[in-house]
Amino acid sequence: MSAVNDSLVIARRNLIRMTRIPEMILFGLIQPIMFVVLFTYVFGGSMQIGNSANLDVYKNFLMAGIFAQTVTFATASSGAGIADDMHKGLIDRFRSLPMARGAVLTGRTVADLVQTALTLFVLAIVALIVGWRPGSVETTNFGKILGGFGLLLLLGYAFTWIGALIGLSVRTPEAATSGGLIWLFPVTFISNAFVDSSKMTPWLRHIAEWNPFSATVQACRKLFGDPGLSPSDAWPMQHPVWASLIYSILIIVVFRTLAVRKYRRATS
Amino acid sequence: MPGAIYAEGLVKTFGDVRALDGVDLDVPEGTVLGLLGPNGAGKTTAVRCLTTLLRPDSGKAVVAGVDVLKHPDAVRRRVGLSGQFAAVDEYLTGRENLQMVGQLYQMRAKAAKVRAAELLEQFNLTEAADRPAKTYSGGMRRRLDLAAALVVSPPVMFMDEPTTGLDPRNRQQLWEVIKQLVSDGTTLLLTTQYLEEADHLAHDICVVDHGRVIARGTADQLKAQTGGERVEVVVHEREHIATASEVLRGFGKGETTVEEHTRKLTVPVTGGAKLLAEVIRELDGRGIEIDDIGLRRPTLDDVFLSLTGHVAEVKDEENGVAGDTRGRKPKKDPAKKDPATDPAKNETAQSETAQTEPAQSETAQTEATK
Repeated sequence: MSAVNDSLVIARRNLIRMTRIPEMILFGLIQPIMFVVLFTYVFGGSMQIGNSANLDVYKNFLMAGIFAQTVTFATASSGAGIADDMHKGLIDRFRSLPMARGAVLTGRTVADLVQTALTLFVLAIVALIVGWRPGSVETTNFGKILGGFGLLLLLGYAFTWIGALIGLSVRTPEAATSGGLIWLFPVTFISNAFVDSSKMTPWLRHIAEWNPFSATVQACRKLFGDPGLSPSDAWPMQHPVWASLIYSILIIVVFRTLAVRKYRRATS
Repeated sequence: MPGAIYAEGLVKTFGDVRALDGVDLDVPEGTVLGLLGPNGAGKTTAVRCLTTLLRPDSGKAVVAGVDVLKHPDAVRRRVGLSGQFAAVDEYLTGRENLQMVGQLYQMRAKAAKVRAAELLEQFNLTEAADRPAKTYSGGMRRRLDLAAALVVSPPVMFMDEPTTGLDPRNRQQLWEVIKQLVSDGTTLLLTTQYLEEADHLAHDICVVDHGRVIARGTADQLKAQTGGERVEVVVHEREHIATASEVLRGFGKGETTVEEHTRKLTVPVTGGAKLLAEVIRELDGRGIEIDDIGLRRPTLDDVFLSLTGHVAEVKDEENGVAGDTRGRKPKKDPAKKDPATDPAKNETAQSETAQTEPAQSETAQTEATK
């Protein structure tokens, strides 16, 4: 019981901090919006999805990828926030209080989840403005679309625990920011997010198809009724919703355990 | 029966460094123990072990009647910690900080709110209560930090260098708060590198160096170990040093030490104030003009020096009140003070001080004229 309460108290603390540093939220929004615009208009014209090089098809294909990339990029700020906390006297205060051990980390990841949800909401509106139309290929409904966003948030939440572990493992918040970002580029690019992964070299294609990130992207395309579903036989591509759920939960279990253990040992 | 804070044979090593090398402590309920030592002596490590932030490699610790190693959470409910750096969230307001800490002490939101308001009032922070803590001055942050440590009125408090980095006025204010706390019955363990602070606040003092307690007792007991009183004279003219030295030799019970560059002579004496009057008359009779004269009893500075063989580190240049200045005339030039109050340092580093001193006085003067 106290674990939930303590986590909420810490989450509230982090959310208050976010409102006191509004530029952080603003930059968090600008980046994915820039990606939407850049990918749509710079790459869009020359991308072939399925058998179509139509810009509108690419737009509908792209959005699930951008959404997924956006939720994973919250990882870096999460890690940086935790690294920052660990190097301030405040962490000693928390550790000297009779509070649940994992609450400092859970509170942070929950606060980041709230921010991610907000970012995703704004991004979805921008996507609609530039021409994303769910249901362009298969029929969809409101419930399926919400389910897709649910999977995105779950993926984002899972990735913040990886960020938390990075934040606890580095010496400075700056290192956590860059260390939290670098690995995200291969993870998000060696996937079906921005291009048709079936056109990659075989070994790269296998990585892309089994990439947990790809599973969520595929699941969203399926739920949103967007074009460009990977026709691969790989299990995660055939059962993307289940794969996405399993992957995200697995990441949470593994990385939360590691991060909480690391947090406990961090200073003793 | 062991005291409110009890430790036996605490050992903590970091790699090759034995930060704590068998520390025993026993603080009776309602008293203040001053843990005195230079930087790196192991003070902070001791506090961290006793407040469950670090697990000692071996040894036993009981705080507020609870075994620290066996029941850390129970200890956390009974202690307050005010660390070396103000542990507050600077983006949160003072009120939000205190409410958060209250809730993490498992108080209900409403109770935490009421308690926060009380503490803000008590620590004179009501006006700044709804401003983010990053707008606070150093003194205000420390007060907020201390308030956070007191949210549940813990029976046992740990303060790790509570006044490091504070200016003299804020230090004085914090001392008053601490005294009030102790008079209300809180048991306090306080670490400090300021001898004056330990002298002022602590009932008992443990001197720590290299992870070991090298002496313990009351301030007076420790001072008594170091020897008796002495007369210190600062003559106005350098050429009077020889004559003054001759005069002092007549009264002294030991060798007279002379510091040429500060024009200060020191001689051990017995006979107190009466003797001091005689010395003044004699010097006056010989036409020696004096800038300063006084009967000095050993300070904790001296105690420290005689125990450790090295001077207590004075890191804190900003405020320059590190040493024991009580019973001395206020010095006009703070930059001169450290070398002047540390006889031993002067002996070993005379040439160095002599070189740097004019420069220091100059800066001090320019600052004063600003």
